[in-house]
Amino acid sequence: MFETLGDFVVFRLLGLSAESAAGQAVHFFVADSAKIFALLVAIIYVMGLLRALLSPERVRAFVRGRPTWLARSTAITLGAVTPFCSCSSVPLFIGFVEAGIPLGVTFSFLIASPMINEVAVVLLVSLIGWKLALVYVAAGLTVAYVGGMIMERFRPERWVEEYVWKIHMGEAGLAEPDNSLRGRHAYALAEVREILRRVWKWVFIGVGVGALFHGFVPLDWARQLGDAWYSVPAAVLVGAPLYSNAIGVVPVAEAMLVKGVALGTTLAFMMSIATLSIPEMLILRKVIKWPALALFAGVLVVAFTLVGWGFNLMA
Amino acid sequence: MKDVKVLGSGCRNCETTGQLIQQVADECGVTIALEKVQDIAAIMAYGVMSTPGVVVDGKVVHAGGVPDRKKVESWLS
Repeated sequence: MFETLGDFVVFRLLGLSAESAAGQAVHFFVADSAKIFALLVAIIYVMGLLRALLSPERVRAFVRGRPTWLARSTAITLGAVTPFCSCSSVPLFIGFVEAGIPLGVTFSFLIASPMINEVAVVLLVSLIGWKLALVYVAAGLTVAYVGGMIMERFRPERWVEEYVWKIHMGEAGLAEPDNSLRGRHAYALAEVREILRRVWKWVFIGVGVGALFHGFVPLDWARQLGDAWYSVPAAVLVGAPLYSNAIGVVPVAEAMLVKGVALGTTLAFMMSIATLSIPEMLILRKVIKWPALALFAGVLVVAFTLVGWGFNLMA
Repeated sequence: MKDVKVLGSGCRNCETTGQLIQQVADECGVTIALEKVQDIAAIMAYGVMSTPGVVVDGKVVHAGGVPDRKKVESWLS
């Protein structure tokens, strides 16, 4: 359906040739952005109707007071399921600390949350297939689990800002949500608006970069680019300071894979862009000191590189 | 007179929420004391982690996202 729309707009209306680089790039842009926005609206609306989008307050209540392994699994799952705004990282961090949730579990959550969310997963399934979606999710969950455990070994408590320990949280006692069908509909619509407003620019940037890659990067070059051993750490290091939402990364990965860039290199690049970024580091700097941030970035860079090499070796 | 606090560390949604509440109050002819709470410790003392949050007469009535107009009207009436 979206392919047909792309064909119509690009080849008929704009009169571009299907063989030209520009024609291919614009076609990718039109078809992918139409598809992604349609899926985004549908998925968020359904999640909203089911009230499956959890607030940070509820995540905290689910995780607190559990044994560490269970707390970690729960935190990762909930982080993966709900697309949190990175602007809530600070209150989440403080709320977790205040609830006595181990710091390693909090780091596991902070890794899983931006890297995986159900919207990105559905996009991955429909744009590059369920097998690769599964691989991405499994690798992401593993990195989040192990990454948090490694962070814990370094006793990160010593790097938490003093004031964080002093905050005492009250009990919110929020009003019960309106669970009538009308209430759910209103909530779902509001969520669609809210999340779209937050991610639309990342989608366009992602699709734009994907389109340029798709149209203009020569096949041979792309293949060589992904296969060399140093291409994985290079991809991770290039992706680390850059920020994009996990949703915006999907079309870039799609274009890379279509052009034959190695799977491991693509995965490592995706994870690095979605999880590590300068804005996220600056936000987290409000609650933890530089050594902890450096360690956090270091652990993730190593983990993503290992994931990338692993999958390239298997292929 | 109602005592209304908007919890949020200066994000755009928090600004919007404050303006919306003031606007609804003016339209309904209700006098309110509107206060912005930007200190993270004070915000979390209310048990709110997702901003913007709204507190009316000491009670948290909303958290996470800009509230819709109908909701605001119901708090002020």
